[in-house]
Amino acid sequence: MKEELHAKYVMVPEAGGTEIQAYLAEPTSESTRGGVVVIHHMPGFDRATKEITRRFAEIGFNAICPNLYWREAPDAAPDDAAALVRAKGGVPDAQLVNDVAAAAAYLRSLPTSNGNVGVIGYCSGGRQSVLAACNVDVQAVVDCYGAFVTGTPPDGFPLRVTNLVEQLPNLRAPLLGLFGAEDSYPSPEHVVELESLLTEWNKPHKIRTYEEAGHGFFATDRPSYRVAAANAGWIEIEQFFSDLLGV
Amino acid sequence: MCTYVTVNTEVSGSGKGPGQSWRDLTTATVYFDHPVHAMAGHTLNIDFAVSGTESAERIALELTADSARRLVAAIEGALAEVPADLLASG
Repeated sequence: MKEELHAKYVMVPEAGGTEIQAYLAEPTSESTRGGVVVIHHMPGFDRATKEITRRFAEIGFNAICPNLYWREAPDAAPDDAAALVRAKGGVPDAQLVNDVAAAAAYLRSLPTSNGNVGVIGYCSGGRQSVLAACNVDVQAVVDCYGAFVTGTPPDGFPLRVTNLVEQLPNLRAPLLGLFGAEDSYPSPEHVVELESLLTEWNKPHKIRTYEEAGHGFFATDRPSYRVAAANAGWIEIEQFFSDLLGV
Repeated sequence: MCTYVTVNTEVSGSGKGPGQSWRDLTTATVYFDHPVHAMAGHTLNIDFAVSGTESAERIALELTADSARRLVAAIEGALAEVPADLLASG
Protein backbone atom coordinates (compact mmCIF):
# COMPACT_ATOMS: atom_id res chain seq x y z
CA MET A 1 0.00 0.00 0.00
CA LYS A 2 1.41 3.37 -0.91
CA GLU A 3 0.13 4.92 2.34
CA GLU A 4 2.69 2.94 4.37
CA LEU A 5 5.77 4.94 5.20
CA HIS A 6 8.71 5.26 7.50
CA ALA A 7 10.45 8.42 8.66
CA LYS A 8 13.80 9.11 10.25
CA TYR A 9 16.59 11.64 10.66
CA VAL A 10 19.46 11.38 8.21
CA MET A 11 22.69 13.26 7.63
CA VAL A 12 23.01 14.86 4.22
CA PRO A 13 26.42 15.70 2.71
CA GLU A 14 26.63 19.27 1.44
CA ALA A 15 29.03 20.97 -0.94
CA GLY A 16 30.97 22.65 1.85
CA GLY A 17 32.25 19.25 2.99
CA THR A 18 30.11 18.92 6.08
CA GLU A 19 26.78 17.26 6.72
CA ILE A 20 23.47 18.71 7.81
CA GLN A 21 20.59 16.97 9.48
CA ALA A 22 17.39 16.31 7.56
CA TYR A 23 14.08 14.56 8.15
CA LEU A 24 13.38 11.86 5.57
CA ALA A 25 10.01 10.23 4.97
CA GLU A 26 9.63 7.41 2.44
CA PRO A 27 6.86 5.08 1.32
CA THR A 28 7.74 1.49 2.15
CA SER A 29 7.06 0.19 -1.36
CA GLU A 30 10.04 -0.49 -3.65
CA SER A 31 8.56 1.19 -6.71
CA THR A 32 10.32 4.25 -8.10
CA ARG A 33 8.86 7.74 -7.58
CA GLY A 34 9.67 11.42 -7.48
CA GLY A 35 10.98 13.25 -4.44
CA VAL A 36 9.99 16.45 -2.67
CA VAL A 37 12.23 18.84 -0.74
CA VAL A 38 10.20 20.57 1.97
CA ILE A 39 11.65 23.91 3.13
CA HIS A 40 10.69 24.71 6.70
CA HIS A 41 9.40 28.17 7.57
CA MET A 42 11.28 30.74 9.62
CA PRO A 43 10.01 29.33 12.97
CA GLY A 44 12.12 26.32 12.24
CA PHE A 45 12.49 22.59 11.69
CA ASP A 46 9.35 22.00 13.68
CA ARG A 47 6.73 19.32 14.21
CA ALA A 48 4.29 20.93 11.77
CA THR A 49 6.83 20.87 8.95
CA LYS A 50 7.74 17.25 9.68
CA GLU A 51 4.03 16.41 9.49
CA ILE A 52 3.95 17.98 6.03
CA THR A 53 7.01 15.93 5.06
CA ARG A 54 5.30 12.72 6.16
CA ARG A 55 2.19 13.70 4.23
CA PHE A 56 4.17 13.71 1.00
CA ALA A 57 5.38 10.18 1.77
CA GLU A 58 1.81 9.16 2.53
CA ILE A 59 0.83 10.48 -0.90
CA GLY A 60 3.62 8.38 -2.42
CA PHE A 61 6.69 10.60 -2.81
CA ASN A 62 10.06 10.40 -1.14
CA ALA A 63 10.27 13.56 0.94
CA ILE A 64 13.03 15.32 2.81
CA CYS A 65 13.16 18.42 4.98
CA PRO A 66 16.69 19.78 5.56
CA ASN A 67 17.30 21.42 8.91
CA LEU A 68 18.39 24.86 7.74
CA TYR A 69 19.49 25.74 11.29
CA TRP A 70 21.63 22.66 11.88
CA ARG A 71 24.96 24.44 11.52
CA GLU A 72 24.22 27.02 14.18
CA ALA A 73 22.20 24.96 16.65
CA PRO A 74 22.49 21.22 16.05
CA ASP A 75 21.02 20.04 19.32
CA ALA A 76 18.59 22.84 20.18
CA ALA A 77 14.81 22.68 20.23
CA PRO A 78 13.43 23.92 16.87
CA ASP A 79 12.10 27.18 18.27
CA ASP A 80 15.32 27.92 20.15
CA ALA A 81 17.35 27.20 17.02
CA ALA A 82 15.11 29.55 15.04
CA ALA A 83 15.62 32.31 17.61
CA LEU A 84 19.39 31.87 17.56
CA VAL A 85 19.63 31.94 13.76
CA ARG A 86 17.35 34.95 13.59
CA ALA A 87 19.51 36.83 16.09
CA LYS A 88 22.50 36.11 13.86
CA GLY A 89 20.76 37.53 10.80
CA GLY A 90 18.99 34.53 9.30
CA VAL A 91 19.91 32.03 6.60
CA PRO A 92 21.83 33.60 3.68
CA ASP A 93 20.34 32.90 0.26
CA ALA A 94 23.52 31.18 -0.96
CA GLN A 95 23.44 28.79 1.99
CA LEU A 96 19.78 28.01 1.34
CA VAL A 97 20.53 27.15 -2.28
CA ASN A 98 23.43 24.96 -1.19
CA ASP A 99 21.30 23.05 1.32
CA VAL A 100 18.38 22.50 -1.04
CA ALA A 101 20.81 21.24 -3.68
CA ALA A 102 22.22 18.81 -1.12
CA ALA A 103 18.74 17.61 -0.15
CA ALA A 104 17.79 17.14 -3.82
CA ALA A 105 20.95 15.14 -4.47
CA TYR A 106 20.19 12.98 -1.46
CA LEU A 107 16.71 12.24 -2.80
CA ARG A 108 18.14 11.29 -6.19
CA SER A 109 20.60 8.92 -4.51
CA LEU A 110 17.78 6.83 -3.05
CA PRO A 111 17.24 3.49 -4.83
CA THR A 112 13.56 4.31 -5.24
CA SER A 113 14.19 7.68 -6.94
CA ASN A 114 13.03 8.19 -10.51
CA GLY A 115 15.33 11.21 -10.76
CA ASN A 116 12.64 13.87 -10.46
CA VAL A 117 12.65 16.29 -7.54
CA GLY A 118 10.28 19.08 -6.59
CA VAL A 119 10.59 21.75 -3.95
CA ILE A 120 7.93 23.36 -1.76
CA GLY A 121 7.99 25.95 1.00
CA TYR A 122 5.60 27.95 3.11
CA CYS A 123 5.83 31.58 4.20
CA SER A 124 9.56 32.49 4.19
CA GLY A 125 10.05 29.01 2.72
CA GLY A 126 7.80 29.98 -0.17
CA ARG A 127 10.26 32.64 -1.23
CA GLN A 128 13.11 30.20 -0.64
CA SER A 129 11.45 27.52 -2.77
CA VAL A 130 11.39 29.94 -5.71
CA LEU A 131 14.98 30.96 -4.96
CA ALA A 132 15.99 27.30 -5.00
CA ALA A 133 14.16 26.62 -8.26
CA CYS A 134 16.08 29.47 -9.89
CA ASN A 135 19.38 27.88 -8.92
CA VAL A 136 18.94 24.13 -8.42
CA ASP A 137 17.98 21.38 -10.87
CA VAL A 138 14.37 20.65 -9.90
CA GLN A 139 11.36 19.63 -11.98
CA ALA A 140 8.59 21.43 -10.07
CA VAL A 141 8.27 24.20 -7.50
CA VAL A 142 5.42 25.17 -5.19
CA ASP A 143 5.36 28.59 -3.54
CA CYS A 144 2.88 28.82 -0.67
CA TYR A 145 2.37 32.50 0.15
CA GLY A 146 6.03 33.44 0.04
CA ALA A 147 6.51 37.16 0.61
CA PHE A 148 9.02 39.18 -1.42
CA VAL A 149 9.28 36.96 -4.44
CA THR A 150 7.97 40.11 -6.11
CA GLY A 151 6.97 43.47 -4.73
CA THR A 152 8.96 46.34 -3.37
CA PRO A 153 9.19 46.70 0.40
CA PRO A 154 7.47 49.86 1.68
CA ASP A 155 9.60 52.86 2.59
CA GLY A 156 11.14 52.52 6.01
CA PHE A 157 10.58 48.78 6.13
CA PRO A 158 13.72 47.35 7.71
CA LEU A 159 13.84 44.43 5.36
CA ARG A 160 16.94 42.31 5.14
CA VAL A 161 15.87 40.22 2.22
CA THR A 162 15.59 41.05 -1.46
CA ASN A 163 12.88 40.12 -3.90
CA LEU A 164 13.59 37.58 -6.65
CA VAL A 165 12.47 39.54 -9.68
CA GLU A 166 15.93 39.53 -11.26
CA GLN A 167 16.26 35.78 -10.73
CA LEU A 168 12.91 34.75 -12.20
CA PRO A 169 14.28 34.51 -15.77
CA ASN A 170 16.41 31.63 -14.43
CA LEU A 171 13.49 29.67 -13.02
CA ARG A 172 14.16 26.06 -13.96
CA ALA A 173 10.78 24.41 -13.34
CA PRO A 174 7.03 24.94 -13.63
CA LEU A 175 5.66 26.86 -10.66
CA LEU A 176 2.47 26.39 -8.68
CA GLY A 177 1.66 29.40 -6.50
CA LEU A 178 -0.94 29.22 -3.73
CA PHE A 179 -2.04 32.43 -2.05
CA GLY A 180 -4.68 33.93 0.23
CA ALA A 181 -6.79 36.80 -1.06
CA GLU A 182 -6.63 38.47 2.35
CA ASP A 183 -2.84 38.31 2.61
CA SER A 184 -0.84 41.56 2.63
CA TYR A 185 2.61 40.03 2.09
CA PRO A 186 2.30 38.80 -0.57
CA SER A 187 -0.67 40.95 -1.51
CA PRO A 188 -2.93 40.15 -4.47
CA GLU A 189 -0.99 42.86 -6.34
CA HIS A 190 2.29 41.04 -5.62
CA VAL A 191 0.72 37.84 -6.95
CA VAL A 192 -0.43 39.60 -10.12
CA GLU A 193 3.09 40.90 -10.59
CA LEU A 194 4.48 37.38 -10.16
CA GLU A 195 2.04 35.97 -12.68
CA SER A 196 2.86 38.75 -15.15
CA LEU A 197 6.61 38.21 -14.87
CA LEU A 198 6.30 34.45 -15.28
CA THR A 199 4.21 34.98 -18.39
CA GLU A 200 6.72 37.53 -19.68
CA TRP A 201 9.56 35.07 -19.23
CA ASN A 202 7.54 32.21 -20.71
CA LYS A 203 7.71 30.17 -17.51
CA PRO A 204 4.96 27.56 -17.05
CA HIS A 205 2.91 28.39 -13.99
CA LYS A 206 -0.39 27.95 -12.24
CA ILE A 207 -1.61 30.47 -9.67
CA ARG A 208 -4.44 29.91 -7.23
CA THR A 209 -5.70 32.60 -4.85
CA TYR A 210 -8.23 31.54 -2.24
CA GLU A 211 -10.97 33.79 -0.89
CA GLU A 212 -11.50 34.06 2.88
CA ALA A 213 -7.90 33.05 3.45
CA GLY A 214 -4.92 35.10 4.49
CA HIS A 215 -1.31 34.33 5.23
CA GLY A 216 -0.53 30.91 6.66
CA PHE A 217 -3.79 29.18 5.72
CA PHE A 218 -2.09 25.76 5.54
CA ALA A 219 -0.84 25.98 9.16
CA THR A 220 -3.09 23.62 11.11
CA ASP A 221 -1.58 24.65 14.45
CA ARG A 222 -2.14 28.39 14.02
CA PRO A 223 -5.16 30.73 14.06
CA SER A 224 -4.53 31.50 10.39
CA TYR A 225 -5.60 27.98 9.37
CA ARG A 226 -8.44 27.95 6.80
CA VAL A 227 -9.65 24.46 6.16
CA ALA A 228 -11.35 25.10 2.79
CA ALA A 229 -8.32 26.84 1.28
CA ALA A 230 -5.92 24.28 2.74
CA ASN A 231 -7.90 21.31 1.45
CA ALA A 232 -8.20 22.86 -2.02
CA GLY A 233 -4.50 23.72 -1.98
CA TRP A 234 -3.45 20.21 -1.06
CA ILE A 235 -5.42 18.84 -4.02
CA GLU A 236 -3.55 21.24 -6.31
CA ILE A 237 -0.18 20.29 -4.82
CA GLU A 238 -0.80 16.56 -5.09
CA GLN A 239 -1.88 16.82 -8.73
CA PHE A 240 0.96 19.19 -9.66
CA PHE A 241 3.69 17.05 -8.16
CA SER A 242 2.13 13.81 -9.42
CA ASP A 243 2.09 15.14 -12.98
CA LEU A 244 5.61 16.54 -12.94
CA LEU A 245 7.48 14.22 -10.60
CA GLY A 246 5.67 10.89 -10.87
CA VAL A 247 4.31 8.82 -8.06
CA MET B 1 4.09 36.97 6.57
CA CYS B 2 7.51 36.51 8.06
CA THR B 3 8.55 40.12 8.65
CA TYR B 4 12.31 39.47 8.73
CA VAL B 5 12.44 42.48 11.08
CA THR B 6 14.91 41.93 13.90
CA VAL B 7 16.31 44.40 16.43
CA ASN B 8 19.15 43.38 18.72
CA THR B 9 20.17 45.21 21.87
CA GLU B 10 22.63 44.49 24.64
CA VAL B 11 21.14 44.03 28.08
CA SER B 12 22.66 43.63 31.52
CA GLY B 13 20.77 41.63 34.11
CA SER B 14 19.45 38.19 34.93
CA GLY B 15 16.51 36.03 34.02
CA LYS B 16 14.81 32.89 35.21
CA GLY B 17 12.16 30.66 33.68
CA PRO B 18 10.04 27.90 35.25
CA GLY B 19 12.27 25.05 36.36
CA GLN B 20 15.41 26.99 35.54
CA SER B 21 18.10 28.53 37.67
CA TRP B 22 18.97 32.20 37.41
CA ARG B 23 21.13 33.04 34.41
CA ASP B 24 23.03 36.11 33.26
CA LEU B 25 21.48 37.78 30.21
CA THR B 26 23.51 39.65 27.62
CA THR B 27 21.41 40.25 24.52
CA ALA B 28 17.75 40.82 23.71
CA THR B 29 16.48 40.09 20.21
CA VAL B 30 13.18 41.84 19.52
CA TYR B 31 10.96 41.18 16.51
CA PHE B 32 7.35 41.16 15.40
CA ASP B 33 6.64 37.88 13.67
CA HIS B 34 4.88 34.54 13.90
CA PRO B 35 4.81 33.13 17.43
CA VAL B 36 5.59 29.53 18.28
CA HIS B 37 2.96 29.21 21.00
CA ALA B 38 0.78 32.31 21.40
CA MET B 39 -2.58 32.18 19.65
CA ALA B 40 -2.04 35.08 17.27
CA GLY B 41 -0.88 35.48 13.72
CA HIS B 42 1.97 37.73 14.77
CA THR B 43 3.37 38.76 18.15
CA LEU B 44 6.07 40.96 19.57
CA ASN B 45 8.74 38.47 20.51
CA ILE B 46 11.71 38.94 22.80
CA ASP B 47 14.49 36.39 23.10
CA PHE B 48 16.93 36.98 25.93
CA ALA B 49 20.15 35.17 25.13
CA VAL B 50 21.84 33.47 28.06
CA SER B 51 25.41 34.47 28.82
CA GLY B 52 28.36 32.13 28.74
CA THR B 53 27.07 29.59 26.30
CA GLU B 54 27.25 29.04 22.57
CA SER B 55 24.01 27.08 22.70
CA ALA B 56 20.58 28.37 21.72
CA GLU B 57 19.49 28.60 25.36
CA ARG B 58 17.23 31.60 25.92
CA ILE B 59 14.35 33.07 27.86
CA ALA B 60 11.55 33.87 25.45
CA LEU B 61 8.39 36.01 25.40
CA GLU B 62 5.61 36.22 22.80
CA LEU B 63 3.23 39.15 23.43
CA THR B 64 0.36 40.56 21.41
CA ALA B 65 1.11 44.03 20.07
CA ASP B 66 -1.30 45.67 22.54
CA SER B 67 0.10 43.88 25.54
CA ALA B 68 3.66 44.59 24.43
CA ARG B 69 2.86 48.31 24.36
CA ARG B 70 1.30 48.06 27.82
CA LEU B 71 4.43 46.35 29.06
CA VAL B 72 6.59 49.12 27.62
CA ALA B 73 4.37 51.70 29.37
CA ALA B 74 4.56 49.75 32.63
CA ILE B 75 8.34 49.59 32.45
CA GLU B 76 8.60 53.29 31.67
CA GLY B 77 6.11 54.05 34.45
CA ALA B 78 8.02 52.03 37.01
CA LEU B 79 11.32 53.64 36.05
CA ALA B 80 9.76 57.11 36.17
CA GLU B 81 8.88 56.59 39.84
CA VAL B 82 12.46 55.95 40.83
CA PRO B 83 14.58 58.87 42.14
CA ALA B 84 17.33 59.80 39.72
CA ASP B 85 20.14 59.21 42.20
CA LEU B 86 18.85 55.72 42.87
CA LEU B 87 18.77 54.92 39.16
CA ALA B 88 22.29 56.25 38.77
CA SER B 89 23.61 54.18 41.65
CA GLY B 90 22.11 50.95 40.25
